[in-house]
Amino acid sequence: MSQSDRWTGVLLAVSGLLMMVAIVLVFGVSPDPVNLQTPVERFSQRIFYFHVPAWWAGFLAFLVAAGAGVLYLINGHERWDVIGLSSVEIGITFTTMGLITGSIWAKSTWNTWWTWDPRLTTAAIGWLMYVGYLMLRGAIDNPERRARFAAVFALIAFLSVPLNFMAIRWWRTIHPVVIGSGSADAQGGFALGPTIRMIFFFCLFTFTVLYFALMSLRLRTEWLARRVEHLKQQLIFR
Amino acid sequence: MVGSALNQIEIRRLVKAFGNRAVLKGVDLTVAEGEFLTLVGPNGAGKTTLMNVISTLTKPTGGLVRVAGYDLADGAVAVRRQIGLVSHKTLLYDDLSAEQNLRFYARMYDVPNVEARIETVLRRVGLWGRQRDPVRTYSRGMQQRLAIARAMLHDPPILLLDEPDTGLDQHAAAMLTDLLHEVGATRRTVLMTTHNLDRGLELGDRVAILAGGRIAYQAAKSELDAEQFREVYYQYVKQRV
Amino acid sequence: MPLIMPYLRKVFAIVAKDVVAELRTREMLSSMFVFSLLVILIFNFAFDLRAENQKTLAPGVLWVAIAFAGMLGLSRSFIMEKDRGSIEGLLLTPVDRSAIYLGKMLGNVLFISVVEIVILPIFVVLFNLSARDLPLLVGVMILGTIGFAGVGTLFSAMVIHTRAREVLLPILLFPVVIPVMLSAVKLTAAILDRLPFADVQNWFSLLVAFDAIFMALSFILFDYVMEE
Repeated sequence: MSQSDRWTGVLLAVSGLLMMVAIVLVFGVSPDPVNLQTPVERFSQRIFYFHVPAWWAGFLAFLVAAGAGVLYLINGHERWDVIGLSSVEIGITFTTMGLITGSIWAKSTWNTWWTWDPRLTTAAIGWLMYVGYLMLRGAIDNPERRARFAAVFALIAFLSVPLNFMAIRWWRTIHPVVIGSGSADAQGGFALGPTIRMIFFFCLFTFTVLYFALMSLRLRTEWLARRVEHLKQQLIFR
Repeated sequence: MVGSALNQIEIRRLVKAFGNRAVLKGVDLTVAEGEFLTLVGPNGAGKTTLMNVISTLTKPTGGLVRVAGYDLADGAVAVRRQIGLVSHKTLLYDDLSAEQNLRFYARMYDVPNVEARIETVLRRVGLWGRQRDPVRTYSRGMQQRLAIARAMLHDPPILLLDEPDTGLDQHAAAMLTDLLHEVGATRRTVLMTTHNLDRGLELGDRVAILAGGRIAYQAAKSELDAEQFREVYYQYVKQRV
Repeated sequence: MPLIMPYLRKVFAIVAKDVVAELRTREMLSSMFVFSLLVILIFNFAFDLRAENQKTLAPGVLWVAIAFAGMLGLSRSFIMEKDRGSIEGLLLTPVDRSAIYLGKMLGNVLFISVVEIVILPIFVVLFNLSARDLPLLVGVMILGTIGFAGVGTLFSAMVIHTRAREVLLPILLFPVVIPVMLSAVKLTAAILDRLPFADVQNWFSLLVAFDAIFMALSFILFDYVMEE
């Protein structure tokens, strides 16, 4: 077992432990928000402990991919391509979680699985953008060019996120804004007490650790896959 | 600025890899000023990759390349001014006429007296008279002649010919040969690649073999016997591929 | 980029070359034009456009038509260079890669604008709009088109090296240019509703910011896309 394997193991164990604690905290310890009336609302609100951290981890993953893209374009080291690809794949996993958990919550609070609310729409668009990233990679044969184009696209895709986000804020939205400027206008919005806030940040931390655990696992498999490919090439071209 | 008059093209330990696959594995090659070097090698030996590196289209993975005294790493734009490339693709716009194609490229190369220069090169390749027809109406041979005109438009001291006879019939190929002999006579530095051995022996002052990503063999034509060269060639090709 | 005049001369040489090539066949412009008309007609069936809802739907219909037609033009932009290897011919010339980007980008903006100029009067007639709004609409269109073609030119140069080619272009481009589409639609709606500029100033700023940021970004990144 190599040094990096051990780290992967430690990260996975820690994130598993944290996740169990988070589940206990969310369902056992967390109080109900004061302004929510119905039991359904009170219970379904708890999904926000997973919904928001999932989006955060997705955002972090795409940020890392954009950063890796810049570094790849600067020095062309394959390491950055591996990090970029792995991070986008994990980012898609987290944002898919974000979309699904959001949809479940919307069903109980807005009484619909999906609305064409601009924030939801833009979230879906962002998700599609990174699926496009994988399609772009899949359509290029030359590995060096694939890495280069993927880096360019990861950078552009990520930079379009803040502009997308601004556009959403200005368009009328019914999505609650819980963090930052808390407006109670949105349907299903709720106030954060100190305990809720603490548990929420614990969940954020847990998902961040989970992201790094998955990253180290995915990086390992990607390197191994590339090594196999390399050895195959050597056998053929010897 | 134009450094060593002796070597117009100087390549040292050039490596080019696409991902994990190395196509060029340490190429050493020099072409002296006024020399016509022919590079022969089987398909897939890396001839086009080498040409793309010299003509600044592809960035090398490692090693040193100097063209006309400029280092590729920092003088790519200056290098492009010194070279003309004839590739197996025409590099022309089908919808434009010969004249329009050349006029466009003349502007891109800052060629002075554009119209006069266009007439000169078109007469040279025997296309004056058809200059207003769109390139898509030309035969393959005519297109290739126009491609040569395009490459010589800015009067580059170095000419790179990457399999210039691909897809030409015998007549067109013979015409091309005449043209190349003429080019060779003007003391231009020429580097030509071909997979056709006879062709490689017919043209050029010196012949080199590219096989397995390295220069496997090189010799001046005067020291070379055709039969012997053929034998050497097949030996290297068999060994490397 | 030492001397600005020779640089610009080359940028315009590329634009001129694309214009001359297009004027010979007019294939791209005519297909873009017909396609955008078809989009408007299809919307008419799909949404049952009536006198009372025309003003609410018109901006969206217009921009979808422009985006689809623009996509056609953009996908042709570099395929035309790729087929005969002329892209390599272009890359062999002693100019900065950014000049090639600017030339192709301006050409794309020009082609899309020509289609818009033809489609706009037709649009005004079909949707029973006032001709007084035309100058402002043109302004919004130019800004929207620059945003669209700015990234579009970069992506167009990328997809020619992929197996899927033009199929991939809309998949990559549409999500990225959503802010352009949103602000262009909002601004167009504001013009048709005669809203004061202050009401939509933020959309205007967003559109201008997008144009500036993504053009600069594409300008820089083009070099990496062009390497063989």
